[in-house]
Amino acid sequence: MDQECIIEFSKFGFQYFSQKEPTLYDIDLKIHKGEKILIAGPSGCGKSTLGNCINGLIPFVYKGTMTGSLKVDGQETRKSSLFKMSMNVGTVLQDSDGQFIGLNVGEDIAFALENDCMPQEEMKKRVQTIASIVDMEDYLAQDPHELSGGQKQRVSLAGVMVDDVDILLFDEPLANLDPKTGKTAVELISRIAAEDRAVVIIEHRIEDVLHCAVDRIVLISEGRIVADDTPDRVLASGILTECGVREPLYLTAARYAGVPVTAEMRPASLNTFDTETCAPYIRRWFEDSYVRTHAEKKREMLKIENVSYSYDGVRQILKNVSVDVYEGEMISIVGKNGAGKTTLASLICGFMDPDEGRITLDGEDLSRYSIAERGEKIGIVMQNPNQMISKTMIFDEVSLGLKARGLPEEEIRKRVDEALQVCGLHEFRNWPNSALSFGQKKRVTIASILVPSPRILILDEPTAGQDYRHYSEIMEFLKKLNENGQTIILITHDMHLMLEYTDRAVVITGGEKLADMRSFELLCSQELTEKANLKETSLFALAEKCGINDPLGFVECFIHYDREVRSNEA
Amino acid sequence: MNSKFSTRTIVATGLGAAVFFVLFTYVKVPSPIPETSLQTAYGVSSFFAAIFGPLAGFLIAFIGHALSDFIGYGSPWWSWVIASGVAAMITGFAAGKIAPAVEEGEFSTKELSYFLLWVAVANVAAWLVVAPVLDIVMYAEPVKTVFVQGIAAAAMDAIVSGILGSVLLKAYASTKTGKGTLSRDN
Amino acid sequence: MKLKVFSYSRLDTFVHRLSGLSKLVCFLLLTTAIMLTYDIRVILAITVLSFVMIRVAKIQFKQIRLMLIYVGIFLAFNFVLTYLFEPEYGVKIYGTKHLLFTFFGPYTVTLEQLFYQITKLMKYLSVIPLGISFILTTNPSEFASSLNGIGISYRICTALSLTLRYFPDVAQDYNTISLAQQARGIEMSGKAKMTERLKRVASILIPLIMTTMDRIELISNAMDLRGYGKNKKRTWYSRRPLKKADYVSMIVSLLILIGSLYVRFAINHSMFYNPFV
Repeated sequence: MDQECIIEFSKFGFQYFSQKEPTLYDIDLKIHKGEKILIAGPSGCGKSTLGNCINGLIPFVYKGTMTGSLKVDGQETRKSSLFKMSMNVGTVLQDSDGQFIGLNVGEDIAFALENDCMPQEEMKKRVQTIASIVDMEDYLAQDPHELSGGQKQRVSLAGVMVDDVDILLFDEPLANLDPKTGKTAVELISRIAAEDRAVVIIEHRIEDVLHCAVDRIVLISEGRIVADDTPDRVLASGILTECGVREPLYLTAARYAGVPVTAEMRPASLNTFDTETCAPYIRRWFEDSYVRTHAEKKREMLKIENVSYSYDGVRQILKNVSVDVYEGEMISIVGKNGAGKTTLASLICGFMDPDEGRITLDGEDLSRYSIAERGEKIGIVMQNPNQMISKTMIFDEVSLGLKARGLPEEEIRKRVDEALQVCGLHEFRNWPNSALSFGQKKRVTIASILVPSPRILILDEPTAGQDYRHYSEIMEFLKKLNENGQTIILITHDMHLMLEYTDRAVVITGGEKLADMRSFELLCSQELTEKANLKETSLFALAEKCGINDPLGFVECFIHYDREVRSNEA
Repeated sequence: MNSKFSTRTIVATGLGAAVFFVLFTYVKVPSPIPETSLQTAYGVSSFFAAIFGPLAGFLIAFIGHALSDFIGYGSPWWSWVIASGVAAMITGFAAGKIAPAVEEGEFSTKELSYFLLWVAVANVAAWLVVAPVLDIVMYAEPVKTVFVQGIAAAAMDAIVSGILGSVLLKAYASTKTGKGTLSRDN
Repeated sequence: MKLKVFSYSRLDTFVHRLSGLSKLVCFLLLTTAIMLTYDIRVILAITVLSFVMIRVAKIQFKQIRLMLIYVGIFLAFNFVLTYLFEPEYGVKIYGTKHLLFTFFGPYTVTLEQLFYQITKLMKYLSVIPLGISFILTTNPSEFASSLNGIGISYRICTALSLTLRYFPDVAQDYNTISLAQQARGIEMSGKAKMTERLKRVASILIPLIMTTMDRIELISNAMDLRGYGKNKKRTWYSRRPLKKADYVSMIVSLLILIGSLYVRFAINHSMFYNPFV
């Protein structure tokens, strides 16, 4: 089945006009119809740029210098046009809200057809057909605000499939989805892959994408292709970790245990992985390194007691929720989007008042304080730092809250200096915020919240959309803060974060508290993860496959070992 | 900036109008004159106008103001809706010089004064000519009333457009600054 | 902050069944008719018609209560202001002076002034139900195609459609950012000088506009990638074909406009109807 080659890079390079260095060098890559390719690499490696070259945004929207050749469907792209290329390549962008242009589902799916001047009747039929492929045919009249993130993504997919494209390009399709929805998305992508079509997935979450098989992994690092091979061979080589991309957890565990991983062991999926060879290594490692620990209880600091809340007096967003937060701990609040976890954070910060129940800090009822007064005790850091930064210079940004509170100049300078030291930003203090990376901006916002020395720090999805290296950088920083005594609450659906950094997880589902337990125990329970839109961790399955009779203990053992490794690296 | 109505300009128009609409409806700052308020939305329309040009500016203020009137009063007060649009449109004539500078990260005294000049011209033209004349022609409002209202509107909207508009332009320009010239302090 | 401002209700009434295009045309024709006349008889006729529309469309009082309050305040303010600035504007227009009584100095109360101001009040009031029945019975996704239907460039229509699509997101962003800034110690309420207040608003607007600029780039890429602007025309998924009732409504509205102009030019020979001579 020698399929026709549909994308062909040869000696291809690209440099944006605004940049000093090229972003891509010497790219040689062939993608055939019928293939499903995963393009992986850390943030800033050039993988998104590569994607933009395939769909035509480069060179038609983003200007720069192209060298070598890129042919899509036999046509040199620089001689084509964005319109022509849009008939061949369908792109599903990371942000499904930005891609949802129509006022309802049907209209959005029809967008490309409208631009093509298709008569209305034909258009309605076509939309109906495509919508049923992605299981959205019953939602055609819904508006985007009534849909979940996963549903919006399905609409985006339908919206590019109406054109009958030969190439489907997914730009970080999992970035904004919770683990369970992500799994469904990967299954859907797999279902629509067909003989006469090429599917290209750009993503750094290898384990999640490999839930369904891909033909090749193309690994990019610093603008060059460093691997282009079958998933088994790429995973076995260990090159992912070298490039700052996270391997599947079961594979990391196998390496910790000293298993000599080869491609023949089929490590691309836990289902194919030769766990028989692994088992003796893993069992021995577990016996040697396992030390059972117990969660120690500390002093209660924040008490949320029987809190209920409703926006409209009809639908209860939170029902009788009680949570205790202990001094000096770092916990995660998890649950699918819309389950009430953000509402809970808003109640803690006093953005809204609970209909029933009360919230106390160190025994003191918080309801009598204004939002600003509460902000001195409980600080919240938003998911997107650009939603917080309102000053040009870092120093001004961090000192904003203190100035608003009318502190003396000297005191402000002292406190800001301290916060900048803690956040590792001191040497940048005279820089503009715009010169910083996303992770550094995140630290600026954390510093600006830390200056009034709040008792509790709340972070909303602190690592959303971050690759492994930035994830580790942010989380190691938070861990250090926590070790210095800062109590931290994380709102997240990132399973790695839960597992690797927080001992305790509170699960909110449908407005109710479903569980309050040690994180690794949560991620080993199929029933609970299902309800919270999470996924059971592959470590648990690995332990079972290797015949370990205490799989829970194995997961715990892995976490402790892994934390050591990480803090030695950091 | 492209002189034609590019996709980016269309999207900026749509979203700009959304921001204008939200601010115009919900975010008013009480002014020193009793019973009147400063419309912060005019800061936003002048910002977008200075970057995306007269047509985008006109539509942003026109659509935003008309929608706001629709949901507030059931029907737009066309003379003022059109005047809002004209104010942003005239401010948009500054885009020819301002937009390229700002995209390069430059918004210094020279650009600032050029921008403020257009803001002043725009608000005088819109609120002392367009709005009163339309009020008289379309609604047969008494002459004295409309000119007194016009003077108040011109003054307040020029202040808001001038201050907020330039603050926003400055902030946007700063996100476009190159990184090459910075060094770390110890 | 209420996000669903356009509480479009999916009912099946005569008004709902009309296409958005014909409703827009009727709205524009009737408001123009009102705009071009100061004859209280014409105005009253259209007022009655527009309140009938509200009934036919089964619009509930609670849907429009808030709007009516705003309108009431606005009209009262306008009424007082008109009197304060021009207490004898009516006398000037109608050329006679029937004095009722005098407050003091120039502030006389005349029949002419009362008649002028009541006519004006009715003039503003009459268009309100028209606007309401247009807005509340038209599916937002039909707005853009309707405007394109009356000859406005589809690019401008797309801009309007995007406004309707994204304003709830913008409102939510505004809310989120505002709360986050307040938690950092910036008080939004309370007394402060005007410049101080503007500064506070700026601390919300800057992040709001910067995130909006990011979003603009994203959306415009998404549109380009799906072939937006490929042709000089485009078709619309949500446009409703015109039926008999649509043509009838538009013709009736046009006749009303012509009637209003006829009264103005052939009967009154002036914009104003003068009962005083």
